[in-house]
Amino acid sequence: MNSMHYLYAAYIATWAIHGVYLTILVRKYSQIRREMERLKK
Amino acid sequence: MSWRRKDVARRMKRGFTILAIVTAVLLSFGLYEALIAAPTERTMGDVQRIFYYHVPSAWTAFLLFLINFVGSIVYLIRRDEKSDILALVSAEVGVVFCTVVLVTGPIWARPVWGIWWTWDLRLTLTLVLWLIYVSYLTLRRFSTSSQTPMLAAVLAVFGALDIPLVYFSIWFFRTQHPSPVIGNGGSLDPRMAHVLLINWAAFLCLAWLMCWTRYRLEVLKREVEEEQALESILEGTR
Repeated sequence: MNSMHYLYAAYIATWAIHGVYLTILVRKYSQIRREMERLKK
Repeated sequence: MSWRRKDVARRMKRGFTILAIVTAVLLSFGLYEALIAAPTERTMGDVQRIFYYHVPSAWTAFLLFLINFVGSIVYLIRRDEKSDILALVSAEVGVVFCTVVLVTGPIWARPVWGIWWTWDLRLTLTLVLWLIYVSYLTLRRFSTSSQTPMLAAVLAVFGALDIPLVYFSIWFFRTQHPSPVIGNGGSLDPRMAHVLLINWAAFLCLAWLMCWTRYRLEVLKREVEEEQALESILEGTR
C-alpha cells in the first residue's frame, strides 16, 4: 500500500466513526419523538 | 407552552441551524486545507496529513473529558441534574473523538514506524483513558440503581487523573510518540499550524453540535421515562 492509501483510510475511518455516531443519535431522537407522540394520545 | 418558552425554543433552533452551517463550512474548508493546501512534509510525505485529523481529535477528546470532570464535580457538590447530563454527554462524545485518535494513530504508525501498535507509554495511557470512559458509559447504560449518577461521577473524577498523564507523558518520559509540535519545543511550519488550528476549530464545532443534540436527547428521554412511570402508576390504580 502506498502512503496515499493510509491517508485515505484514516480520513474515511474518521468520517465513518462520526457518521455512525450521528446516525445513532438521529435514530434515538426519532424513537423518542415517536414515544412522546404515543404518550400524548 | 408559554410565549417566553416558545421564544427560547425558536432561538435555540435558529442557533442550532447556524452552528450546523458553520460546522459544515469549517469541516469542508479544513478538509481542503489538510489534503490540498497544506505543504507536504519532507520525510513522511502525504501520510503526515493524518496529523490534521489525529491531533485535533485528541485535543477535542481531552477537552470533553475535562468538561466531564467539571460536570461530575459539580454534580457531586450540588446533585444538580443538568451537570449530570452534561457529564454524561461530554463523556459519550469524548469517547467518539478518542476512538478516532485510537484508529487514526495506528493507520499513521504502520507506514512510518512499520508497526500498527506498540505498548509505548502514551499509546497505552490513551487506550486506558478510552477504556475508563467506555466503563463510565457502560455503568450509566446498564446500572439501574438510583445511585448510578453519583457512582459514575466518582469514577469520572478518578478517571480524569489519566488526562494529564496522557498529555504530559511525551514531555516527561522518553516515548516513541512524536514530541509536541505546538507551544514550547514545537517546531511546526506556520502553514501546517494554520491548517491544524482550522481543523481543530471545525472539530470543536462538530463536538459542540453533537453535545447539543445528545443533551437535548437525554432531556427528552428523561421526560419520556417520567411520563411512562406515571402512565404505569395510573394503569396500576385502575
